[in-house]
Amino acid sequence: MATAFEKELADLKEKVLKLGSLVEKAIIDSIKALVERDSKLAVKVIDKDPEVNALEVEIDEECIRLIALRQPRAGDLRLITTAMKITTDLERIGDLAVDISERALELNEEPQLKPYIDIPRMAEIAQGMVRDSLDAFVKRDSSLARDVLTRDDLVDNLNWQVFNELLFFMIQDPKTTSRAVKITYISKYLERIADHATNIAEMVVYLVEGKIIRHMAVPEKKKKA
Amino acid sequence: MVKELKAEVKNLNFYYGDVHALKNINLPIARREVTALIGPSGCGKTTFLRCFNRMHDLYPHNRYEGDIILYPEKTNILSQEIDPIEIRMQISMVFQKPNPFPKSIYENVAYGLRVRGISKRQVLDEKVEKSLRGAALWDEAKDRLHKLAFDLSGGQQQRLCIARALATDPRILLFDEPTSALDPTATSKIEELIIELKNEVTIIIVTHNMQQAARVSDYTAFMYLGEIIEFDKTDKIFTAPSNKLTEEYITGRFG
Repeated sequence: MATAFEKELADLKEKVLKLGSLVEKAIIDSIKALVERDSKLAVKVIDKDPEVNALEVEIDEECIRLIALRQPRAGDLRLITTAMKITTDLERIGDLAVDISERALELNEEPQLKPYIDIPRMAEIAQGMVRDSLDAFVKRDSSLARDVLTRDDLVDNLNWQVFNELLFFMIQDPKTTSRAVKITYISKYLERIADHATNIAEMVVYLVEGKIIRHMAVPEKKKKA
Repeated sequence: MVKELKAEVKNLNFYYGDVHALKNINLPIARREVTALIGPSGCGKTTFLRCFNRMHDLYPHNRYEGDIILYPEKTNILSQEIDPIEIRMQISMVFQKPNPFPKSIYENVAYGLRVRGISKRQVLDEKVEKSLRGAALWDEAKDRLHKLAFDLSGGQQQRLCIARALATDPRILLFDEPTSALDPTATSKIEELIIELKNEVTIIIVTHNMQQAARVSDYTAFMYLGEIIEFDKTDKIFTAPSNKLTEEYITGRFG
C-alpha cells in the first residue's frame, strides 16, 4: 500500500506532467497559428499562459512544502529537486510559445514571405524532445533522456539553416527584412525550447543515476554511469 | 575515499555465544571526521561500536575474529595483548542515557585521570576545566563543580559525560545514540559539540535519527543484519546511495 508521502510524490509527478502537456500544446498551437495564419489561435495561446504560470507556482510551493515537512532523502530528494527544476524549464518553454504566437500575430498582418518548411520540422523535433524528456521523467528512463540529448544538434543545425536562408532573402530584397527577422526570432525561440528540453533530460539523468551531466560535452553525456 | 585513517576494521566477525552478530565487516575510520553508523534496530550498530573499546570483554562467551587496527602505530585493538581498561580511556564511549557517577561534577571528570594514577591537584584542575570547556559545560558548571552531578539537567549531564570522556585525551570518541533521551534544544547543543569536537578527535556515532546522521557526519555506513551494506560520504548516501537497500532504508520504505 502506498504511504501518504508516496501519494504526495505521485500527485507531484502528475502536476509536472499536466504542466508539460499544457506547454506541449502551446508549442503545437503557436506553430499552427503561424503556418495556418490563424491569429485567433495565437491569441488563445497567449491567453492560456497565466494557467501555465499558476501551475508552475503551485508545483514550486508543493516541492518546498514536501522538503520542509518530509525531509526527503536519496531518490525522493532527487525527485523533488528535479521536479522543481523541470518546472522552471517548462514555464520558460510556455513563455517561448507565447513569443512565437506574438511574432505569428505580427507576421499574419503581412503577406507571407515564404512557405514554412524547416520551422514546423524544428517545432516537431523540439516538441518531441519535451514530450520524451517528460516521459523519461515519469518512467525514470535515463536512456530515453540520453536519446533526447542527442536531438539538440538537429534543432541547432536547422536554426542555422533557417538563418542563412533568411539572410539571403534580406540581402536580395531589404523590404523583406522585418518579416525575415521575425522568422529568425521564431527559429531561435524553437532552438531555445530544445535547449530547455535538454535541461529537463539532463535532470532526468540526475534523477535516475544521481549523476550531474550538465555542461559536459555530448560524448561524455552519452556514457552511462 | 578516506583522506587519513585513524582506524581500519578488517574482516571483523563477532559472536555472542553461537549468535553470529557481525559478519565480515571491513570499514575505514577517517581521522578527525565523524563516521555515522545507521541501520534498523538489531542490525548490529551498537555491537559494532562496542568492539572499538572492547566492551564485549565484560561478558563471557563473546568472541571477536578479525582486526581493528589503530593508526598511526597500527596496533590491533582486538589483540589479547591490549589492556581493555587502557583502551577504554583512549577510545571512550558516550551512551544513550547520561550516566554520571554518583559523585561531584569535578570528580566525574577527574575519574579517568585518577584511574591512571594522576592525583596532583593542579593537573586535575587544569584537565577538568579543559574538558568541561571542550564539552561546552564550563560556564554552566564552574560555580558548582563540587555539587552532585545528578543536580544537572539531562542535557548538561550528557555534556558532563562527554567531558568525562574527553579528560583522558581519547583518540576516538564513540557515541551510542547520544541524544535519544534529550529534548530538541539539548540535542542540537550535543550535535554542535560533536561537530566542534571533530577538530581534535575522531568520532563514531550510532544514531537512529537519520537527519542527525546527515547533520553531523562526514561518512555514513549503513548496516543490515550484521553486515555493512554501504559505506560512503554522507552527502552521497543521502542524495544518491548506490545500494537499493540503503535507498529503501533512508527513504523510509523499509520492511
